[in-house]
Amino acid sequence: MNLTPAEKANALQSAAQIASTTETAPHNQGSLPSSDRPLVVIEPRASWLGTTLRDLWTYHELLYFLTWRDVKVRYKQTLLGVLWAILQPLCMMLIFSLFFGRLVGVPSDGIPYPLFAFAGLLPWTFFATAASTSGNSVVNSANLITKVYFPRLIVPMAAVGAALVDFAITFAVLGALMIYYRVGLTWGLLMLPVLSVLLVTLALGFGVLMSALNVRYRDVRFALPFIIQLWFFASPIIYPTSLVPERWRWLLALNPMTGIIEGFRAALFGRTSFDWRAIMIAAVITLVLLVYAAVTFKRMEKTFADIV
Amino acid sequence: MSAIIKVDDLSKQYRIGAQGGSYETLRDTLAGAMRAPFRRGRNAKAAGGNNGDDGTFWALKGVNFEVMPGEVLGIVGRNGAGKSTLLKVLSRITEPTTGRVALYGRVASLLEVGTGFHPELSGRENIFLNGAILGMRKAEIERKFDEIVAFAEIEKFIDTPVKRYSSGMYVRLAFAVAAHLEPEILIIDEVLAVGDTAFQKKCLGKISSVAQQGRTVLFVSHNMVAVKSMCSRAILMDGGTLKEDGHPVQVVNSYLGAGRISRAEILWADPSRAPGNATFRLRGARVRNAAGAVTSVLDTQDSFTVEMDYVNLSPGSALGATILLFNSDGLHVFSSLSNREPNWHGRAFPAGVFRSTCHVPGNLLPEGRFDVSVLIWANNYTISHREDCVVEFEVHESKETRADYFGEWPGIVRPLLDWDTERLEDPEVAMPSTPAHG
Repeated sequence: MNLTPAEKANALQSAAQIASTTETAPHNQGSLPSSDRPLVVIEPRASWLGTTLRDLWTYHELLYFLTWRDVKVRYKQTLLGVLWAILQPLCMMLIFSLFFGRLVGVPSDGIPYPLFAFAGLLPWTFFATAASTSGNSVVNSANLITKVYFPRLIVPMAAVGAALVDFAITFAVLGALMIYYRVGLTWGLLMLPVLSVLLVTLALGFGVLMSALNVRYRDVRFALPFIIQLWFFASPIIYPTSLVPERWRWLLALNPMTGIIEGFRAALFGRTSFDWRAIMIAAVITLVLLVYAAVTFKRMEKTFADIV
Repeated sequence: MSAIIKVDDLSKQYRIGAQGGSYETLRDTLAGAMRAPFRRGRNAKAAGGNNGDDGTFWALKGVNFEVMPGEVLGIVGRNGAGKSTLLKVLSRITEPTTGRVALYGRVASLLEVGTGFHPELSGRENIFLNGAILGMRKAEIERKFDEIVAFAEIEKFIDTPVKRYSSGMYVRLAFAVAAHLEPEILIIDEVLAVGDTAFQKKCLGKISSVAQQGRTVLFVSHNMVAVKSMCSRAILMDGGTLKEDGHPVQVVNSYLGAGRISRAEILWADPSRAPGNATFRLRGARVRNAAGAVTSVLDTQDSFTVEMDYVNLSPGSALGATILLFNSDGLHVFSSLSNREPNWHGRAFPAGVFRSTCHVPGNLLPEGRFDVSVLIWANNYTISHREDCVVEFEVHESKETRADYFGEWPGIVRPLLDWDTERLEDPEVAMPSTPAHG
């Protein structure tokens, strides 16, 4: 370490100057806030909705950076890199096609089984990744949470955001598959953005809730993979909803992923019509879950730094 | 000018023990719910006390103060006094239980440098990530990027993952990002404990210049020299309450002196219980500073004395004393015995009370806590009694001995030695490889 004489003189000078400020507090510079209203008030149980939204907006760049970090870091020091995002659903699709499509002969609403399975795996893989990474995100960010303030909601949000990147990449693979199977485009595709928003909201709501519970109850860490696995079989990914007897379909529709996945298929292939009832149920459940998750998160976040 | 920080009756309660000490599992909660009715009954009975009875304690209790813009406020106090909790509340990491804080400016806290650094990312990437975590905008980071890199002195390694950095480089980069924050209020906790001394000095200079720009700095440190030299005001925390608020020198002194007076002197009032034996018994021991006052707070550069009073019970014995001085690590710093004392050593002591005084020079001990064990011996060391840890004192440094150096000063002793530097040879002679003229 080399300090130039000028730098040394500077450091000494500032040290000397600060010593002299002991007597007279410096009231210079115009950068000081002049407003009489406090910028931040720290109180127990401060009103939260407005503050939360404003806070999230103030820190929206952090959301971007944390997402970018998760994406960047995820495939660091791997040989295949981002290919993993494609490989996972692709391999699953091959296995399912072999076992369920070929051997068991699960019907697929007239869609080639590989395509059928992939259209289900696409939203599912996103959901599973987003739910498990965001569910563990707050606990994994303990070092940040105990050291710096920022809206804690950003942490699970960034995890969902990072999963979204994989989701987009997987979409490209689906496009290639659709070309391969010569699937024509339909007006139903216009529903895709709506369904995607619904899917992301669902993943966010579930992830936010799990991430908050995880701080207090580490059971979540162990339960989460199990829940997701069960959820996989409860969703029409490897089988069509039409396989389920009519009188049990409502039960299946209570799983918001049912409406979303079948919606994806209807939008992509146009072979089946949209099940609006299932989609509406999914939308309502998703919204209720998101609100409940946000409220729970905000209620629990006060103690995050103390117990994480 | 109105205050930039207003802290109003701030309290923070923590739960300790089984309830949420670290975290609970669902099973605990379920079991807890079953027991809750009983617990409530028990708590109602114990509601009288506010500390400990119900498994809670107050890390902060009724703290009030205001900070004016441009002040550099030092916060001192023992571990567990509530300093860090206070900073955590002020930087919004944790919520207060009661009370209110109003901040009239943007706050950035530096509770640990390098927060959010990711080992896999390069220096460049980490500057952006860390900057965003500390609350900087992307445009702001881009604007200051070159300055940050230059400050950290890592130009060559800017695209290397930080996991390959030396710890020095890592810390320099981390501090560099933090040092370029431009909040109105900067909260710092012990960052000066890092880095090599030249870099520490650079950091001190940076913090000073931050303060000169009219920004407000809250600074927690155990480095009393830094607090005294950098802060314009200091507060002393003790047991979660604000004990003192004023000029840093005065606050630091009262912190250092707090509750230590009793250890400077020990007296055994009851001779039958005093340490010793049939030949002699100790009566008391004390530490006096250069001015002769009994005190447990000494200055590195001042001499001091350790006195021992003892009673000779068997006339004719030849008595003497020894002191053994230990530092806070339990390391035996030195011993000294009175066998070169000119007046009484080797003589027959009549019955009565005697006092032996050991004169310890200044500029010998470093900063720190020390305790003294004493030994009284008789008749050519054939009879002795040792009493451990009879007095205890703290040594603090004065600014003068440090000259222009603010960093760590390791070593178990700290003599002030004389130095000479002289020039030995001319450049031409010193560098034979320089080509000759012509």
